[in-house]
Amino acid sequence: MKSILSRPLSLKSNEHLYCPGCGHGIIHRLVAEVIDELGVREKTIGIAPVGCAVFAYDYFNVDVTEAPHGRPPAVATGIKRVLPDRVVFTYQGDGDLAAIGTAETVHAANRGENITVIFVNNAIYGMTGGQMAPTTLLGQKTATTPAGRDLKRDGPPLKVCELLSQTQGAAYLERVAVNNPKNIIKAKKAIKKAFQNQINNKGFSLVEVLSMCPVNWAMTPNESIKWIDEVFLKTFPLGIYKDKQ
Amino acid sequence: MNKILLKGNIALCEGAIAAGCQAYFGYPITPQNEVPAHMSKRMTELGRVFLQAESELAAINMVLGAAGTGALAMTSSSSPGISLKQEGISYLVGCELPALIVNVQRGGPGLGNIAGSQGDYFQSTKGGGHGDYRMLVLAPSTVQEMYDFANMSFGLAFKYRNPVLILADGVVGQMMEPVTIVTSDQKPVTSKDQQQIAWALTGAKGRPPRFHRSLLMDDGALEKLNWKLNEKYNSIKKNEVRYESENIEDADIILVAFGIAARVAKVAARKAREQGIKAGLIRPITLWPFPEKVIADNAKPGRKFLVVEMNLGQMVEDVRLAVNGKCPVEFLGRPGGGLVNEQEVLQEIKTIAK
Ligand SMILES: Cc1ncc(C[n+]2csc(CCOP(=O)(O)OP(=O)(O)O)c2C)c(N)n1
Ligand code: SF4
Repeated sequence: MKSILSRPLSLKSNEHLYCPGCGHGIIHRLVAEVIDELGVREKTIGIAPVGCAVFAYDYFNVDVTEAPHGRPPAVATGIKRVLPDRVVFTYQGDGDLAAIGTAETVHAANRGENITVIFVNNAIYGMTGGQMAPTTLLGQKTATTPAGRDLKRDGPPLKVCELLSQTQGAAYLERVAVNNPKNIIKAKKAIKKAFQNQINNKGFSLVEVLSMCPVNWAMTPNESIKWIDEVFLKTFPLGIYKDKQ
Repeated sequence: MNKILLKGNIALCEGAIAAGCQAYFGYPITPQNEVPAHMSKRMTELGRVFLQAESELAAINMVLGAAGTGALAMTSSSSPGISLKQEGISYLVGCELPALIVNVQRGGPGLGNIAGSQGDYFQSTKGGGHGDYRMLVLAPSTVQEMYDFANMSFGLAFKYRNPVLILADGVVGQMMEPVTIVTSDQKPVTSKDQQQIAWALTGAKGRPPRFHRSLLMDDGALEKLNWKLNEKYNSIKKNEVRYESENIEDADIILVAFGIAARVAKVAARKAREQGIKAGLIRPITLWPFPEKVIADNAKPGRKFLVVEMNLGQMVEDVRLAVNGKCPVEFLGRPGGGLVNEQEVLQEIKTIAK
């Protein structure tokens, strides 16, 4: 019998603790497949964030370290500078990367730090119970915007790819989504390119992945898949925001 | 072995470099600016890592990353910057990673001033960051010690897998003195060496993957880690206490002071002796572990202690604990960048002696 699908070697067999319908599980698998396909598992070091993906060390079958909330790009910089021939990636949520860690993100990108950033944008703080994130949409109800995000009070959603496209050091910025098979295939291509860029010494690459958080969106998994297409994408259009040749 | 005239902050850099420091991450703040400036030149010349971070938060987290790979990593700052570094320090301790952190203290609280101060004693020895943790804290009082302590702290940090803090102050950082440079044959660690370290994250080549984490949610797991850390702290307390003492055997008054204040206190104690008052000095070199035994052993009825610090009275609390009510403990201090002088200390000795 020919096996056509199996667990990527870069993913441990531990059961994920993510909620049903959560995008993190899909994105983990894509990252693991890419690491396998590029044959870099034994030289990869991952950085786990604060947020739902904090247990990344239990899921990825590579060396993984933790970082304080928002600091993965700085931790990655420290690793990459002393071990430039290793493959270093961070895996961060929107609260982690775009709120408390904005400075670390902008400066790692601006320096052209040769790392790969997987940025999971689910428009909300998942782990702490669904509070407003920098990426929360205008009008979106969260635990801390019970009447919906208000432009005057809370400011507009922060667009990370657009923002980072202004930095000279960013080599590759793409926004993808994991809400249907077609998008998932595109997301994997982007993630692969972000890792390949690092191997080719191209500098800072970030893939922003629009992802479902059904629990905190108070939706069923199916509704949240639809919400990405019908609402989320309107504020955060998919596409390549920078691709330095 | 050769002797050269160096500024404290530069001696510190050279000591760390001689120990094989592989990576320095920092951010400018007076009065330690010579450190990033000197490191930017020397580390680059030597083909090692220097990076000016965008903030102290970033710098200490770069250290966290580098330290996780088994590299000898270092950062330096001054008081307000060290406050920002507390986040990463707590994580370094939680993940049991070695690193050298240097605080060339200035006056506080807040933005304070840029004069030498000892206002960060509590922050350094009692935590500062969150959680139940300790750091080895070394207090240099000469430029030679800036060199020597930087040189030996990587060894200590690696021995215990714990960050080591050098608590200097603006005066020691800025003054110039002759320094004996120990030409060491220590080579910087290579990435091959790093691969030999049993806990280092270097990529899981030919071995199961490793991870560093301080998040321990399982029932009792974090308590277990804390007890394990406690054992480590006990062994540091047993093995690493360092202090200097002078003329304490027959002393009626024992001065206790660290860092630059200890140099002033030493001269004052000697002058007091010339004037017929039996004074001596204990200078804690490790502020943690605190040399409590030598103080306890010398606390006898009829004696008096005088603690001299450049703050409102921080170490005096540890001295009082060690003395444990056996004799009076007096305090003389100047906060906010004030420097105690010999005359003041001598006057205080005379007042107490009466
Ligand atoms: C310094 C600090 N502040 C706050 C927290 C609490 N905290 C944990 S996770 C989180 C939000 C994470 O949200 P996000 O990065 O969007 O990830 P998600 O959970 O949505 O995957 C916060 C605020 C923390 N751990 N550390
Ligand atoms: S809270 Fe949201 S992001 Fe977190 S695991 Fe559940 S669905 Fe996923």
